[in-house]
Amino acid sequence: MSNTLSKIEKRTAYALTLPAVLIVFAIVLFPIFSNVWISFKEVQLKDIRIPEPRAKKIVKSIKNEDSKVKIIYKLRNSSLIQDIRDVKFQDKFPNNVQPVDLDERCKFISNKVQCDFGDWSKKYREQLVIFFETKNGEKIEKKLFKLNKPNLKGKADNILLTSDFTLSNFKKVFTNYEFKDLLLTTFYYTFFGTVGAIVFGILSAQMVNQNFRGRSFIRSTLLFPYVAPVVALAFTWELLLDPNSGTLNNLLLNYNIIDKPINLLGQKYVSIFVFGFEFKLRLALTTVIIFEIWRYFPLAFLFILARLQAVPKELYEAADIDGAGPYTKFMNITLPQITAVISILFMIRFIWNFNKFEDIFLLTGGASGTRTLPINVYEQGFSIGDIGMGSAVSMVIVLLLLFFMLIYFKLIGKRANES
Amino acid sequence: MRVKSIITFSIISSFFLFSLISIWKILSTLQGIELKTLNFNFYFLSGIIISFVSIFLSEKLNKLSLVIILSSVFVLIDYFINSSLPIWHYIGTFLILLFFVNKLSKYHKKHFSYNFSAQIIFFDFLTLFGIIFFSFVILFPFYLMLVTSFKTQALLLINPLDFSIDFTQNIKSLFKSYIIVFTEYNFGKYMLNSSIVSIGTVIITLLLGIPAAYAVARLNFFGKHFLSTSILIIYMFPAIVLVIPLYTVFSQLGLRNSVFGLLIIYTATTLPVAIYMLQGYFKSIPKELEEAGIMDGQNWFGIIVKIILPLSLPAIASVALYVFMIAWNEFLFSLMFLDSPSSFTLSRAIQFLNVGAETPRQYLMAGSVVVTLPILFIFVYFEKYLVSGLTSGSVKG
Repeated sequence: MSNTLSKIEKRTAYALTLPAVLIVFAIVLFPIFSNVWISFKEVQLKDIRIPEPRAKKIVKSIKNEDSKVKIIYKLRNSSLIQDIRDVKFQDKFPNNVQPVDLDERCKFISNKVQCDFGDWSKKYREQLVIFFETKNGEKIEKKLFKLNKPNLKGKADNILLTSDFTLSNFKKVFTNYEFKDLLLTTFYYTFFGTVGAIVFGILSAQMVNQNFRGRSFIRSTLLFPYVAPVVALAFTWELLLDPNSGTLNNLLLNYNIIDKPINLLGQKYVSIFVFGFEFKLRLALTTVIIFEIWRYFPLAFLFILARLQAVPKELYEAADIDGAGPYTKFMNITLPQITAVISILFMIRFIWNFNKFEDIFLLTGGASGTRTLPINVYEQGFSIGDIGMGSAVSMVIVLLLLFFMLIYFKLIGKRANES
Repeated sequence: MRVKSIITFSIISSFFLFSLISIWKILSTLQGIELKTLNFNFYFLSGIIISFVSIFLSEKLNKLSLVIILSSVFVLIDYFINSSLPIWHYIGTFLILLFFVNKLSKYHKKHFSYNFSAQIIFFDFLTLFGIIFFSFVILFPFYLMLVTSFKTQALLLINPLDFSIDFTQNIKSLFKSYIIVFTEYNFGKYMLNSSIVSIGTVIITLLLGIPAAYAVARLNFFGKHFLSTSILIIYMFPAIVLVIPLYTVFSQLGLRNSVFGLLIIYTATTLPVAIYMLQGYFKSIPKELEEAGIMDGQNWFGIIVKIILPLSLPAIASVALYVFMIAWNEFLFSLMFLDSPSSFTLSRAIQFLNVGAETPRQYLMAGSVVVTLPILFIFVYFEKYLVSGLTSGSVKG
């Protein structure tokens, strides 16, 4: 009895989960594996269409011969780099007509012309001309010939499915002189974006965690940057920071804080003099990081606020009795209470900032020293059009990501064991 | 101890006054008023004077008269320094001063002799400053987005700092950018596309996600543990590593450039988080209720529809809103998969406007307002549900 029950239970469970599992497998897991495959191939963006034989049909009447018509087929291989094997051609014609001097590769059977063209090499082009005449010498109807479109079939390899592999993509990725810079930029962006978001999250949560009027209003306002669409926010920031007509530069000029506009999103370095030493700050990268912090500190705020509200009030009351000041209370009660949240937040945000694409793409497009790994995937794959290279770079991302996840799950496991 | 506290008090409160006045001045400048300097020295000095006066007069005068006198004197001096400004600017300054002196008058002499009074005062003002600073920094870009959409390119080129809206013009010319965005730039169609994709994603995700989450939460089957742990891992894989294979495969299948293709992708990428969030909630529902259902001869469909669904409406609402938000805001896939304007979503359309020929900025900003307002409206209206969605689904972002 219980055996059949558990069988039914199993069957139900599979029926319930199958649709979701299938669609996730097709759209998320399958691409991750095919990324590995593509990264070992030399594929260009323009090659991904499967080659196919094509024909353009032109019907022409012939002067002084009412009963004849000339048909031209412009035949070609759609691919510039791949052959097509075993091309078959077929076209249907009206009743009561017959071809004159048909090409020897073709046959005329029951109103149809069938041809066997054999193999077409890449870039193959040919003009096939067929004359038709009426069987009884009547006037020929040109219109009737235009009704049908020729049907072509051929076998071609899908370039993604061939079995020639190469290591050249990875070689290019790792030997590129920019690769070190790429990793470094990604690391700066990820690390400072994460740390900044958490620091501002702590500050804002600490402020909102006190009683004042308009507190719930502030709480929802602080979440605006996180819920609003990134496209709208990025373009607003572009207007805000524009060197010529941007509001920020014009305000600073107006109050005589700066002499000439600063191109915050378009300038790679800015020199800062501290005690006579020159420091080079990566300006555009810093701006992008500030945008990142602005957009994601609300999440840290939300988490830390939730944790702060769960801190028992008795702890603070006890500290008051012991005569502790606000600073001591913050360092010795508040901070230890939120370290768990902070460490998990740090890992989550670190992983997500590491993968962030939209923000930089919309603000700078990866120019002036803001090219991170995800931006490079897009550039290699779609701007340059080298799909194989793009996949190789995204494989680097996946490997680093797996490494970060390993740490993250170890951390979560450790926390679970502690509590 | 007392001297240190009083000095801390006057310095930090002066900084606070200066930042309040500066924000007000920036806002006034953006209304087209000629203000050429923030005048740090003057406001800092007057902040210090006001704080001292308020400490020493607080016991002699009653609070209300102290507040009004100090504010009026300050605004009069301010008037003599920058005269010929419109009257509303001074009224604003006066209100700020009322607020400021009112805060100051809470500190009596005795406050300065407590333990840690310097620290307490410092933290009090830091909190005040922080609240104002954060609200300003967060809201300023949104403010800019909104007011730019009511200006014209020509006016902004003449004076890029004048964002004052002319309310005397008729409604049609006031909302001209919005009318043009909807008529000439076809935003009605894009809005429809965005709504179809987002609502469609929500519906399909829930239809597939609820049964799967129920199975993971309640039923025993081989591979259950594997499934529930892999959900989270799958969820953490970013769109950027999926985009190349999906692009090639969808191109070969002819699914690119269709709203339908986008719908499939959004559903697949949001399903893991939906299952993750829902199964957590389903586990919290007492098992006895379902056992009663089984006794009544319900099958799993009956159990889900009649018992689980009514009990977990709040969780479903937060999942639905969260998924809607992700789909509405999504950008990368709509950039890669939509080429022809007839299938654009709002995000893609705005990006297209920006990349394309010189689109006047007020239209760009009107488009941005059109894409931002619905999501902000939903957020404010359903804040409770969306916040719980954000918290439990926040591994992604």
